[in-house]
Amino acid sequence: MNKIATPAKTKTPSSEELALIEKFLNDTTLFLGPDPEIMQNHDLMPRSAVEDEAIGRMSDAHTIAKIRDRIQAGCDEGYEMVEQMGAAPGAKWGDVITGVYSASGDLAIASAGGVLLFSALVHHPIKFIIKNWLNDPTVGVREGDGFIHNDSRYGNVHNTDQSMILPIFHDGKLVCWVASTVHEGENGAIEPGGMPSMAESPSDEGLKMCPFKVVENYEIKRDLLTFLQNSVREPKLQYEDMKVKLYACLRIKQRIVETLGTDGPDALVSTLRLTMENVRTEVKRRVSEWPDMTVRTYVIQDSTLRENCVVKVNCKLTKTGDRLIFDFRGSAPEFTNRPTNTIVAGLKGMLSQLFLCYVWPDLPRGQAAFAPIEVITDPHSIMNCSYDAPNSQSLMSIFTGFTAGQHAVAKFLYSCPEKYTKVHAPTFNMINTFIWGGVSQHGETLGNLCADLNGMGAGATVDRDGEHALAPIFATMADIGEQELNEEDVPFLQLVSKKMTRDAIAPGKYRGGQGYTMMVATKDSDQWGFMTTCQGAKIPPMQGLFGGYACGTYPLAKIRGVDVYDVLLETPEKFRHSIEELMNERPFEGASYTTHHMGMGFEISKRGELFMISQGAGAGYGDLLERDPAGVVRDIEEGLISPGVAERLYKVKFDPATLAIDHQATATARDAERKARLARGVPYAEFVKTWNKPTPPAHLQYFGCWGEDIDKLYMGSAERFRTGSEPKPNYMPNPKDVRIAELEARLAALDALGGEKQ
Amino acid sequence: MKVPMTEYLRIDLDSEKWECRVCDHEIGPATKGYKEGMLVHDRDPREIHPPILDPDKYRYTFCPDPEWVRILEYYCPHCGTMVETEYAIPGHPPLHDMQPDLPVLRAQWAGRGQLAEPVVGPEVLADQGHSH
Ligand SMILES: [Zn+2]
Repeated sequence: MNKIATPAKTKTPSSEELALIEKFLNDTTLFLGPDPEIMQNHDLMPRSAVEDEAIGRMSDAHTIAKIRDRIQAGCDEGYEMVEQMGAAPGAKWGDVITGVYSASGDLAIASAGGVLLFSALVHHPIKFIIKNWLNDPTVGVREGDGFIHNDSRYGNVHNTDQSMILPIFHDGKLVCWVASTVHEGENGAIEPGGMPSMAESPSDEGLKMCPFKVVENYEIKRDLLTFLQNSVREPKLQYEDMKVKLYACLRIKQRIVETLGTDGPDALVSTLRLTMENVRTEVKRRVSEWPDMTVRTYVIQDSTLRENCVVKVNCKLTKTGDRLIFDFRGSAPEFTNRPTNTIVAGLKGMLSQLFLCYVWPDLPRGQAAFAPIEVITDPHSIMNCSYDAPNSQSLMSIFTGFTAGQHAVAKFLYSCPEKYTKVHAPTFNMINTFIWGGVSQHGETLGNLCADLNGMGAGATVDRDGEHALAPIFATMADIGEQELNEEDVPFLQLVSKKMTRDAIAPGKYRGGQGYTMMVATKDSDQWGFMTTCQGAKIPPMQGLFGGYACGTYPLAKIRGVDVYDVLLETPEKFRHSIEELMNERPFEGASYTTHHMGMGFEISKRGELFMISQGAGAGYGDLLERDPAGVVRDIEEGLISPGVAERLYKVKFDPATLAIDHQATATARDAERKARLARGVPYAEFVKTWNKPTPPAHLQYFGCWGEDIDKLYMGSAERFRTGSEPKPNYMPNPKDVRIAELEARLAALDALGGEKQ
Repeated sequence: MKVPMTEYLRIDLDSEKWECRVCDHEIGPATKGYKEGMLVHDRDPREIHPPILDPDKYRYTFCPDPEWVRILEYYCPHCGTMVETEYAIPGHPPLHDMQPDLPVLRAQWAGRGQLAEPVVGPEVLADQGHSH
């Protein structure tokens, strides 16, 4: 991993000297850290001599299709096993994946269901194993071995995902790898649940497994297992899921061995390689059908999960010929002590998910579809953070990066005659759910989250409303879980669940799919708490499409100083089933009612206190004045929008009692609104004269570029900035210190510090 | 040759102009952003995303903070269709969001010919299942 930087003014070493120095450094490396050569690359490895020879002997398309289907079925079988047997809540809802990787480590075929993003990123740890352990006499890679991994700096998204990786041999030769990944949840970090928002350095993020051997002769090594169990809050989960992943990998291995028996190694190697090469070629062909164009967009993160601030995700997407280039330069600088940064591989994995789930879902799921697409980022930015920065909440940056990509891609696809899906407004992108942890009613220590993270409202499409709380942007065929089953294991209830949040809308000609309300309250434990890890309580985390609006914002609401279970027992008529009614009517006397942004650090809750949030809506599509009035009324009937808001926004006239539409009056009202637009709209040239400002507003803590100058990255104010290419530390003060300083200033102003010594 | 670029915009490749697909209004040169030919309105986000919680009582209300974000609404100056929205930080210059390479576009479409309507894309249909 050692790149030699030669000081400019000293003697330049000869190439022989350089080779000698490089060998010396490689032989004496004290620590095999994350390897930039592996981690910055997402393209396929070059075709190996073995692959070339195999393809020379066997490249029959029908045989390849047959074997690919067989391996695909094997991956799906492994996926089913993990989903059915996995102990992690994430496994039960489909937040898992399995895949088969080439001997060089590229993901050739992944299971049809599950979180593709995981698999698309497991090639990094496999390549680390190949580079460092394969020929290391103290480690080696042998038949029957299995490797475990979770440290996102060596691959994958965040440390809560654990992978099991098995090499597959034939006649003593390594022919491919299989792997299985699960969002495990707990990993021994500073907060339960595996995705700490309080992490201020990588050392706060819990278990940090660079790829290492934990299985020999197909058996988990008990000493290492015990060490891992001892490092997390859920030791039984750690063991159970390691076994489940191992056996899923062994089932896929069995299918591969059967294939080797019937068709031989050449056919297998050739299938894996040609599948990837053909997909890569097809992607370049498909891209060449897009219009040559540059599209610009940005998405704002409105918090670091610790404090509200304005964090820009800047995206310029350029297509020329058969090249597609994502340029995220100008996005916010990395936060030195906040976990919302992502390693660039995580961003790429999420973008590959965009193409395989939303643009070309017909392509075989693997690494190849994104391989030819280029990504440019600033070093040490939130989209490509250093290995010293915490990234346990990288979801914030990969999701908003995904949305920027989804928004930009839609503007290319509209005119393209060759389509594999419909043009689609951005889907909601935040995991509005409760992460939970503590001691359960059964006395067990737990740390995980509600499967409602999978319920994201879908964006509207070119001819249809978005679907409600349908599926997460990071997985197809995932589920939002059976809350009643969950409640057998955890000491809290979702008192309101799956009830659509009225007026939390994304209007348009076709409206976004809406989100639902979740109200949780602890019941049977004195040691139980919740956290939430989302942005978007002050600024929507997305953009609308072609005149459609984005979603609104989503806060956290709390009612404390009440035991709602007593209320339900004694005065149930006081309870209300919406956040709107509970917070505005304040039916529980003496209780405190507060609202917060969605970055709640882990907080212990008392029995019967209410924590309330809502899932988010996907973005709308098109001018809302073109919405079919019948669709507006249907939304009212379904409780998605209140009659007053519907009438005011959509300019639909209806009878308030019967909801019968007055089409004539509606047409008149809409014509009047179009005229009103012409009256209030300001010609662009005139508008920008007063609107455009040279620097970010003084009242906002702003991070990232301003306007088109992508090289100047602001770091909190118009006075603090860095250049794109030159990293600088970017520390955030503790929000409690900020608050204390504010209060002390007020005390000082009142001369009430009482002569306290300083 | 006219190419539909968005729900409401097309480019006339011969005149190199953006046009409104609703009213056929000629918006401006396609060598520049279409927004330059639009009317713009700085919309208070509270008007579109209404507060669900009482703004007199609460700091967070389901409503975007109007001091943190605005919605720029772009209208066709002839028919008043809302062609695009842009959620913008106050004072942030509007984006030149679509910048096509016109000569390449012209060459690409010369091979395709004029389409009557833009292609919508395939329906997602329920699988009929495997049967014998
Ligand atoms: Zn028009």
